[in-house]
Amino acid sequence: MATLELRNVNKTYGAGLPDTLKNIELKIDDGEFLILVGPSGCGKSTLMNCIAGLENISGGAILVDDADISGMSPKDRDIAMVFQSYALYPTMSVRDNIAFGLKIRKMPTAEIDEEVARVSKLLQIEHLLGRKPGQLSGGQQQRVAMGRALARRPKIYLFDEPLSNLDAKLRVEMRTEMKLMHQRLKTTTVYVTHDQIEAMTLGDKVAVMKDGIIQQFGTPKQIYNDPANLFVASFIGSPPMNFIPLRLQRKDGRLLALLDSGQARVELPLSMQDAGLEDREVILGMRPEQIVLASGETNGLPTIRAEVQVTEPTGPDTLVFVNLNQTKVCCRLAPDVAPAVGETLTLQFDPAKVLLFDAKTGERLGAAGLPRIEAHSANVTQFKGR
Amino acid sequence: MNNSLATPRLSVSRIAIYATLLLAAAVYLIPLVVMLLTSFKSPEDIRTGNLLSWPQVIDGIGWLKAWDSVGGYFWNSVKITVPAVLISTFIGAMNGYVLSMWRFRGSQLFFGLLLFGCFLPFQTVLLPASFTIGKLGLANTTTGLVLVHIVYGLAFTTLFFRNYYVSIPDALVKAARLDGAGFFTIFWKILLPMSIPIVMVCLIWQFTQIWNDFLFGVVFASGDAQPITVALNNLVNTSTGAKEYNVDMAAAMIAGLPTLLVYIFAGKYFLRGLTSGAVKG
Repeated sequence: MATLELRNVNKTYGAGLPDTLKNIELKIDDGEFLILVGPSGCGKSTLMNCIAGLENISGGAILVDDADISGMSPKDRDIAMVFQSYALYPTMSVRDNIAFGLKIRKMPTAEIDEEVARVSKLLQIEHLLGRKPGQLSGGQQQRVAMGRALARRPKIYLFDEPLSNLDAKLRVEMRTEMKLMHQRLKTTTVYVTHDQIEAMTLGDKVAVMKDGIIQQFGTPKQIYNDPANLFVASFIGSPPMNFIPLRLQRKDGRLLALLDSGQARVELPLSMQDAGLEDREVILGMRPEQIVLASGETNGLPTIRAEVQVTEPTGPDTLVFVNLNQTKVCCRLAPDVAPAVGETLTLQFDPAKVLLFDAKTGERLGAAGLPRIEAHSANVTQFKGR
Repeated sequence: MNNSLATPRLSVSRIAIYATLLLAAAVYLIPLVVMLLTSFKSPEDIRTGNLLSWPQVIDGIGWLKAWDSVGGYFWNSVKITVPAVLISTFIGAMNGYVLSMWRFRGSQLFFGLLLFGCFLPFQTVLLPASFTIGKLGLANTTTGLVLVHIVYGLAFTTLFFRNYYVSIPDALVKAARLDGAGFFTIFWKILLPMSIPIVMVCLIWQFTQIWNDFLFGVVFASGDAQPITVALNNLVNTSTGAKEYNVDMAAAMIAGLPTLLVYIFAGKYFLRGLTSGAVKG
């Protein structure tokens, strides 16, 4: 039970080499679940090793309960870790694997037995205690690895991609179980993953990393709805956000994005009014689920007719791809909508939910200080035909 | 691993394969057979019969005489080999552990230089080694010879263990460190119990090398402390009296028997150890 704070943490493997971690600033409260997410090589595992004390930091401070632990050796930090490969001791039984850390800490045998019993009951691995890791399935090994971490009742748990070696079905099951476990134990947790679904579902806080830099740190909702830049927007969400490069126009003092499906055109009035946005190369971001099929009644939202290029029925939804401004755009529609290729659909979007990014830097535009872009009444002009 | 061919059929090609294998096995076994047969023959029998003829009378005198001449040296060899094998294997394991799990600045270079030891011919180290054990006051002692064997064997044992440990994920060591285990605890409790196959390889390799060594034995040991290989040479090369081939053969068998037995009883570990790591377990 502890708070964790990273202050300006830097890590480099030597002078002249690029920084592996750059000015990492994070703070999570007692009992919070922090996700470090990013593509491979972004430094997330290095950061975790630094927190564990397996690697030294080159600058900054790591604070647990406001005490700097960055100079301590791993065994003194009171942190437990679950590894991607589980790293179970192959020659020891499950019982000895769980008890190993307790034995080293010279806990009395009776207490060790009690603790092993508690943990194995919690994880439902009581019947496996006598077995060797090699005799266990992947899911069972994963539980034992968790058991080893739980047994010490550490201040902080670290999980390094713990589910990535499991098959898809088991991964989903264990994800839910992991969340249940955290809800019950309420231990401060840091969890590394490259899976954005795990990031969204498990975390209280998410830190999206790339090239050793935290791109954005916030709640899953903030990360999803208000990505700080193009990278975060593209990394989180599946299917990914649509990005349409275009040039903004200003008409009657209002910013407009012109979308063209080849069959029709629509002017999308934008809510951000910052000066200097017009006549600039920008990238318009729109999530697939924000594009809907226009219903009969007019709700004032802009609509466009577009020809279906490809459909991908996934079961819960049908993904329909259309061309807008010569860019393939994915729309997430209800499963009962099963348009044929070549059919024309009338689609609708909410301009208030559209995001803008700088085409060169990828930085988010027009969102300064706004947690959410305020809705704006639509002013639609439609050109039917051409 | 089971043979994937469920029902091997007796085809022409299969017969040819077995015939070739049997022939090859025979060629390799013939020297051993000749030695065994000759060792049980009487000198008279050896002169009259041919190499592969069966002894007229099974005669144990050759073996008794051989044991009389080299038996004492057999125990010398045991006293040299056992400590040298155990100590070089243990230090090799420690070296391999450090070089794979606790890399330090320059550890790769260190390992590379150590490997030179595998390629150095025995002859090149004779003078420096004798100089060194002379300075240590160990000249002409069994301890000195053991020391030479240990130092010379370290290159191989380190190589074996280092390469074995490199294939073990370092997450194991990380997990143990987080569990609070220190340098030696990790070695004793985690890595050594996993190392049985490579320990066997190392023991067999070192045993064969040291037991069969002649050069170090003849240079660094003298008189009654000489190993059996040197004694065997002295026995066979005596030019006085009639050549007693039965005694020579029996003595050679006695000298060769321990390594033979080691291979027969531990050979499967040797194969298992050499191939382990090639396939993910």
